[in-house]
Amino acid sequence: MIGPPVLVVAEIDGAGPTANSLELLTVARNLATGSGRVVVACLGTRIGEGVGSELAAHGADAVVMVDDPIFTPFQADAWVHELAAIATELKPGTILVPHSLAGVEVAPRLAFRLDTAVATGCVGLDLVDGDARWTRSCYGGNAREVVSIHTTPVIATIAARAFDPLPANQAASVAIDRRPATVDPGNVRARVIAKSAAMTTGVRLENAKVVVSGGHGLGGAAGFEQVRTLAALLGGAAGATRVACDLGWCPRAWQIGQSGKTVVPDLYFALGISGAAQHMAGCGNAGAIVAVNTDPDAEIFKSARFGIVADCNEFLAALIEEIRKVRP
Amino acid sequence: MHIVICIKQVPDPEIAPSVFRVDEVAKKVISLAGTAPVINPFDEQAVEAALRIRDAEQDPANVTITAVTMGEATSEKIVRKAMALGVDQGVTLVDAAFADSDAYATARALAAAITKLGDIDLVLTGRQAADSDAGVVALGIAELLRLPAITLAKKIEVADGAVQVERAVSEGEETMAAPLPAVITIAHELGAVRKPSLRETMRAGRKPVRRWGPDDLGMDAESVGRAGSRRVVERLYQPTRDVDCEWVSGDEPAAIAKALVGRLVEQKLL
Ligand SMILES: Cc1cc2nc3c(=O)[nH]c(=O)nc-3n(C[C@H](O)[C@H](O)[C@H](O)COP(=O)(O)OP(=O)(O)OC[C@H]3O[C@@H](n4cnc5c(N)ncnc54)[C@H](O)[C@@H]3O)c2cc1C
Repeated sequence: MIGPPVLVVAEIDGAGPTANSLELLTVARNLATGSGRVVVACLGTRIGEGVGSELAAHGADAVVMVDDPIFTPFQADAWVHELAAIATELKPGTILVPHSLAGVEVAPRLAFRLDTAVATGCVGLDLVDGDARWTRSCYGGNAREVVSIHTTPVIATIAARAFDPLPANQAASVAIDRRPATVDPGNVRARVIAKSAAMTTGVRLENAKVVVSGGHGLGGAAGFEQVRTLAALLGGAAGATRVACDLGWCPRAWQIGQSGKTVVPDLYFALGISGAAQHMAGCGNAGAIVAVNTDPDAEIFKSARFGIVADCNEFLAALIEEIRKVRP
Repeated sequence: MHIVICIKQVPDPEIAPSVFRVDEVAKKVISLAGTAPVINPFDEQAVEAALRIRDAEQDPANVTITAVTMGEATSEKIVRKAMALGVDQGVTLVDAAFADSDAYATARALAAAITKLGDIDLVLTGRQAADSDAGVVALGIAELLRLPAITLAKKIEVADGAVQVERAVSEGEETMAAPLPAVITIAHELGAVRKPSLRETMRAGRKPVRRWGPDDLGMDAESVGRAGSRRVVERLYQPTRDVDCEWVSGDEPAAIAKALVGRLVEQKLL
């Protein structure tokens, strides 16, 4: 018997699908084993030529492509309408959505529109006798819960970097079903009236292999200039705690944590950061954490591979010098 | 103008992670002796957002602000707290039948309460609850009541039957607009919240708080609480962090830096 399809909602960034979208395909293939197909819904404006084949290479069987100016910039009313229409037609068993700025708005609304339920920010999937169990973080990162949903379609948003994309199979082919948008522009009630993109210079935090982060212990904006310097030297990105952002010591876009960004670098420097659960929720899965704190009992050391009890400003200056020596 | 704020009582999210404990059998967080539950910090900012909208009105007396909460009997405290900040009236959905609601059941009960309140212009909530971290309820209310929604507000302006919202998106700037009534979720970036004033605190005790159960909302026991919920919690646990901290030390910062870089290179981390 052929099971119901798994519907994956992909997001496009520039010419291709986002990394998070490709990671969703890994989850989808897991769910579709043996039976159903993996169908990707791709909404956008002037969607690039290569998008379909890239999705196919990472696990998509079919792509429903709706290319229309109404989908850019992202407005949830338009997306929810179109995705609900696609879901009503395809009757998927599961809908997977990126846990992105757009995804966290689309998925809950889609769940209510389709009279089902949603698990947000999932970081793990287990199949128990075919029943999906989703692991997600809660209590500001202090706890994890494993949940299941028994109405269909099951909807889940999947956290970035929780799964690896499948190795690309360039030979995979895909059926692309291009269709016109069915959204009536008059039904887009909440509208974007002004939008400016930030100037992104250097490595993006979410993709960085090395992240240098500072907290309250850095003592001021000057410390964050040093953070920026070290991050640049290491080819990485700079981050911060919410407290540091609130104090205006660094840009808000640097915030890592429960209400900021999630990063999964190989190496994470935590300078003058206490290690609150809400901060660790955004960096706890880093490969190795180097923590620098004057307080040997600071919570951060419980998550650290390397611990240094020192003044973080003095240490940061010394580390920059040392790195310049080994990497002139 | 009538603004409804949905607020939730949560375990204090600022307690030290080292004392946080869950009961894996009951699948609940163990409440710590000596720590009182608090109003979800993001919801506290929703209260602040409502008060700022009223402050900006030509005739603030034309604005009524109602706080609605669903939860244990103790959650009346957070409604009183919101009143001490200036909220006019409260509704508590307190009934054993509401226990163990998931986001779906919660959104349905709150939507029913908002419908019962009648003519409303804005529904404000925090961006997410600090306990469930899900961010579902507000959007569910919007869908159930067929209202437009804007998330992650850091600045809200109401004029001519519409709302204009600056959103806290991490990259760049974004402003959205929607006709009223609308649902808006509030981000931390809204900024600091006010302290209760003596005058409002004195008045808070006399402000009306209505307590509604499923019957008052026209809901049967099957559609609320655990029975009306759709997600099953299979397990609740604390993640373990299996890291042994290797201390790197030295006489002076330069020596520590050198030792650290050496170790990172050995471990192929640099
Ligand atoms: C609902 C909610 C959501 C939140 N979301 C986030 C989030 O997304 N991201 C986030 O980061 N936080 C978040 N927080 C805040 C979080 O709880 C902490 O308050 C915050 O992470 C602490 O930041 P910090 O480590 O910089 O500051 P602190 O906790 O003040 O720690 C500073 C540390 O620096 C050390 N120190 C001081 N001086 C020096 C020195 N000279 N050299 C070295 N070390 C020094 C101190 O020993 C201390 O450990 C949230 C909180 C709540 C309630």
